[in-house]
Amino acid sequence: MSKTLIRGAKVLGGAPQDVLIDGETIAEVGENLSAEGARVVEADGKVLLPGLVDLHTHLREPGREDSETVLTGTRAAASGGYTAVFAMANTFPVADTAGVVEQVWRLGREHGYCDVRPVGAVTVGLEGKQLAELGAMHDSAAGVTVFSDDGKCVDDAVIMRRALEYVKAFDGVVAQHAQEPRLTEGAQMNEGVVSAELGLGGWPAVAEESIIARDVLLADHVGSRVHICHLSTAGSVEIVRWAKSRGIRVTAEVTPHHLLLTDELVRTYNPVYKVNPPLRTERDVMALREALADGTIDIVATDHAPHPQEDKDCEWAAAAMGMIGLETALSVVQETMVDTGLLDWAGVADRMSFAPARIGRAHGHGRPVSAGEPANLTLVDPAYRGRVDPAGFASRSRNTPYEGRELPGRVTHTWLRGKATLVDGKLT
Amino acid sequence: MQRHLISAADLTRDDAVLILDTAEEMSRVADRPIKKLPTLRGRTVVNLFFEDSTRTRISFEAAEKRLSADVINFSAKGSSVSKGESLKDTAQTLEAMGVDAVVIRHGASGAPYRLANSGWIDAAVINAGDGTHQHPTQALLDAFTMRRRLIGRDAGLGQDLSGKRVTIVGDILHSRVARSNVDLLHTLGAEVTLVAPPTLLPVGVETWPCAVSYDLDAALPKCDAVMMLRVQRERMNAAFFPTEREYSRRYGLDGDRMAKLPEHAVVMHPGPMVRGMEITAEVADSGRCTAVEQVTNGVSIRMAVLYLLLGGNEPAVAPTRTEEK
Amino acid sequence: MDTQASPARPVLEAPDIARVLTRIAHEIVERAKGADDVVLLGIPTRGVFLAQRLAAKLERITERKVPCGSLDITMYRDDLRMQPPRALARTDIPGDGIDGKLVVLVDDVLFSGRTIRAALDALNDIGRPRAVQLAVLVDRGHRELPIRADYVGKNLPTSLRETVKVQLAEEDGRDTVLLGAKPATPGERQH
Repeated sequence: MSKTLIRGAKVLGGAPQDVLIDGETIAEVGENLSAEGARVVEADGKVLLPGLVDLHTHLREPGREDSETVLTGTRAAASGGYTAVFAMANTFPVADTAGVVEQVWRLGREHGYCDVRPVGAVTVGLEGKQLAELGAMHDSAAGVTVFSDDGKCVDDAVIMRRALEYVKAFDGVVAQHAQEPRLTEGAQMNEGVVSAELGLGGWPAVAEESIIARDVLLADHVGSRVHICHLSTAGSVEIVRWAKSRGIRVTAEVTPHHLLLTDELVRTYNPVYKVNPPLRTERDVMALREALADGTIDIVATDHAPHPQEDKDCEWAAAAMGMIGLETALSVVQETMVDTGLLDWAGVADRMSFAPARIGRAHGHGRPVSAGEPANLTLVDPAYRGRVDPAGFASRSRNTPYEGRELPGRVTHTWLRGKATLVDGKLT
Repeated sequence: MQRHLISAADLTRDDAVLILDTAEEMSRVADRPIKKLPTLRGRTVVNLFFEDSTRTRISFEAAEKRLSADVINFSAKGSSVSKGESLKDTAQTLEAMGVDAVVIRHGASGAPYRLANSGWIDAAVINAGDGTHQHPTQALLDAFTMRRRLIGRDAGLGQDLSGKRVTIVGDILHSRVARSNVDLLHTLGAEVTLVAPPTLLPVGVETWPCAVSYDLDAALPKCDAVMMLRVQRERMNAAFFPTEREYSRRYGLDGDRMAKLPEHAVVMHPGPMVRGMEITAEVADSGRCTAVEQVTNGVSIRMAVLYLLLGGNEPAVAPTRTEEK
Repeated sequence: MDTQASPARPVLEAPDIARVLTRIAHEIVERAKGADDVVLLGIPTRGVFLAQRLAAKLERITERKVPCGSLDITMYRDDLRMQPPRALARTDIPGDGIDGKLVVLVDDVLFSGRTIRAALDALNDIGRPRAVQLAVLVDRGHRELPIRADYVGKNLPTSLRETVKVQLAEEDGRDTVLLGAKPATPGERQH
C-alpha cells in the first residue's frame, strides 16, 4: 500500500515533526523523514491530531434518510475530522436489536469514510419499559458497547439501575439523556429570563440536574460506570464534579453548541436554535467551558442531529429539536477553548479523540500519534478563518446554527487507517 | 420597509401616545350616522386566525371595515396547524393574492415574529395574540380605557399614564395580556404590580419592570386600576392551584375586595370572564368594571393601529426592535 | 420653516385679516338671509381659528349664537399613500348636527381644491346639510378640481413656485399672510 509523508505538522500542537504513514499504520514520527516513495502533504503551521471520535451522532438511517444517511453522515464526519462516530439508536426502527445495529455498522464499513459504532437502545423502542437485548447487541458484529435511549431519558429509576448493572458483564456503558420528563412537558427553551419574556414553555435546569444526581448515585451504588450525554447547565457540572471527587465512575460530554451559544438567540424565534437540551445562559456556557478545561467534563460530542428544512422552516413550537455539528465541531472548540487559552491542542486531542474512544471502547481509535499505531489522523489549519456556509456541507441537512458566523480553523485532511478520506478540505 | 406590530415592547412612549390619541379620534366615528372612513379603500387585510377567538377577530374586522379595507377572514384552525409548513405555505398563498396586511392570531409564541421576519411575505404583520407571548392591541386598548377613565377623554389627549398604579391579577405565567400590559404600561409610566400565586408567575419575572406580590388584599388599596385575568379551570389539574374555591378565595375579586379599592379605581378584564373564578358577578356587573368598554375601545384602537401602520406610504409608528437587522 | 423659505413678503397683515373676515361675515349674513341656520366648520388647523373668529363676528352682527366646529379631513385625503400617516386632528360637530343646515366650510388657503373635495366627502358621512358653502382667507388659484369659494378674503395670483403661508395668532403668535418662494425641503404642507 502507498505511503504518505505529512511534513512539518505540529503533532498535538507541539514542535513540527514529520509523520510517515505506511499502509494502515503510522510507520515513523520524527524530523526530516525521507519522502521517498511517499505522497507528501505539506503541513507547515498545521496541527496534527488523532482522528476525532464522536460519541454522539445521529445518522438517521434507517428511517429518516430524508435528513441523513450513513453515507452522508459519515462523509460529514470525515469532513469534520472524525474517524469514528457513535450512531445513536433513535432510528426507525429503533436500534434495539442485533439486526439493526449490524445493519448500521455494516453500512459504515461499506462506505469507508468513517467507522460507525452503533449505540444500542437501553429499552425496547426507547420506551423506557423493558430492557432491550443489550447482550445480543454487544455480541453482534457491531460489538455495541454504548447504550442509550438518547432523545428520551431512562427516567424509571429501576430500569436505569438494572441497565447500569447489566452492561457490567461486557464492559458496556449507559449514556443517559438526562431530562426529567414531567418537569419538561411542553418545554420549548431554557427556563429563565428569556423564556419568561418570550412566552415559551420553560425547560428548567433542574430537570437535567435531578436525573444526573440520581444516576451518579445509582452508578455509585451498583458500582457501574455511567456516561452523561450533552451536559448543559452549571448545576450539572457541579454534580459531576462532586461525583468524580467521590470516585464515582461518571463521564460526561458537552456539545460544541452548548460551549458557544446562549438562550438569548431564541429571541429571534428562529428554530435553528431549538435543541435538546436547550441553549442555556452565559453563566452556564462559562461553567461548561471551565469544566471541559479542568476535565470535569471528559469529552466534546456533537449531538449532530440532522433535520429536513421543513422541520425548521416553521414556527418555533412546531419545529424539531437539534442541530447538525460534525462539520463545525472542531472550529467551535477552537473558538471557545483553544483561542481562549482554556485548552491546548493536546487537550483537544484528549477531549475529542482519546477520551471518547476510551469511554466508548472504540479500539483502534483515540491512539497516540506514534509509530505502530493505526493511521487515524486529522490535520487542522488553525490559522484559517472563514464564514460558515452550509451550502458546502457534506451532511444532507442544513440545520446549522452557525450559518454566516465566522469561525476559526479548518480540517484539511483526514486519514482513516491510512486512507485519506479528506484531502485539502475535499472528500475523496 | 417593514411595518409590523409584534410586541408592545417595541412601542416607544410617543408611538403609544400617538396610537391612543388617534384611537380617541377614531372612537368618534362610532357616533356618526355612517360609521365608515375611506382611509384604507383598496387595501386588503387578512385576518389569519390559527386559534379560535371570535371576539378579537370581530373587533379587528369591525376596525378594518370601518376604514374601508377589503377584509378576508382565514380561519386556519384544525389539523393543519400542527404542521409547520402550514404557516409558511399559508403566508405565501396570501402574499400571492396581494394582501397588504396580515392580522395573525396563533397558538405558538413567536409565530407573528416568524411571519414578519422570515422573508416569507412582504405584507405588514399585526399580532393579534401569539401563544403566551404578546397581544399588543389588547394592551393598547387597556391603556386607552385606563386613560379615559382615570384622566379623561379630552384631558387625556397627549398624556401617558405616569404615576398610575395598575395591579394585574391572575395567571401571569400563561398570559400574553399580562406580558403586553407590563411592557406597555411601563413605557407609559405606570407602576405595575403583578399579583398571583407563585405557581402562576414565570421564573424570571423578577427581571420585568414591575413589582410582584402574592397578596391581593395588600395591593388593592393602593391601585388606580385592577386588571383581573382569566384563569382556566384546566390549570387546576396541572397542580398550579389546589381548587377553584381556594383560588377565588385568595385571588378572586368579590364585592368585599372591591370595596378596598380607592373610590376612583376601575376594575378591568380582557374577557372572556370566568365568573365565580377570578371575578364575581357582582363585580363584573358593577359600574366600576370596564369589560364592556374595553371591547368598544378595542375597535378604536385597532382602527388607529391599522391607520398608522397602513394609512400612508410608510408607518407612522416605528416598532423596530423585533425586526431583524 | 420660515427660515428655510426664501424671503417671504407679507400680502395681508393683521388689520387686513380682521377687515376681510368682517366683510366675509357680512356677506354670509347677507347671502344666508340672516344666517339663522348657519354652521361654521373650520378645517384644521388654521381654518378652525378662522371659523371661530367668523363665528364671533357673526354673533355680533346677528346677536345669536352661531354653531362652530371643526372638520378633520385627514382620513379622506386622496394623497394618504404618498406620505406617512398624519396624526389626526379633532372633528367636532356642534351638538345640533348639520342635517338641514347651511354648512360653511372655512379654510385658510384655497389651492388645488383637494382638501375641500375631502371635506365634502367627510361631510357626506356626517349628515345631509341643506347647502354647503366655502369661505377662505386666500384663494391662490391653480385649481385641480371644479371647486370654487363662495367667500374669498383675498384673491392672490401666484405661481406654482411660490408658497402662501398663513399665520394666525392662536397658532403662530401673529396674524399675517406671507408669499414666498418654495423651500427646498419636501414634506411640509404648503398651500
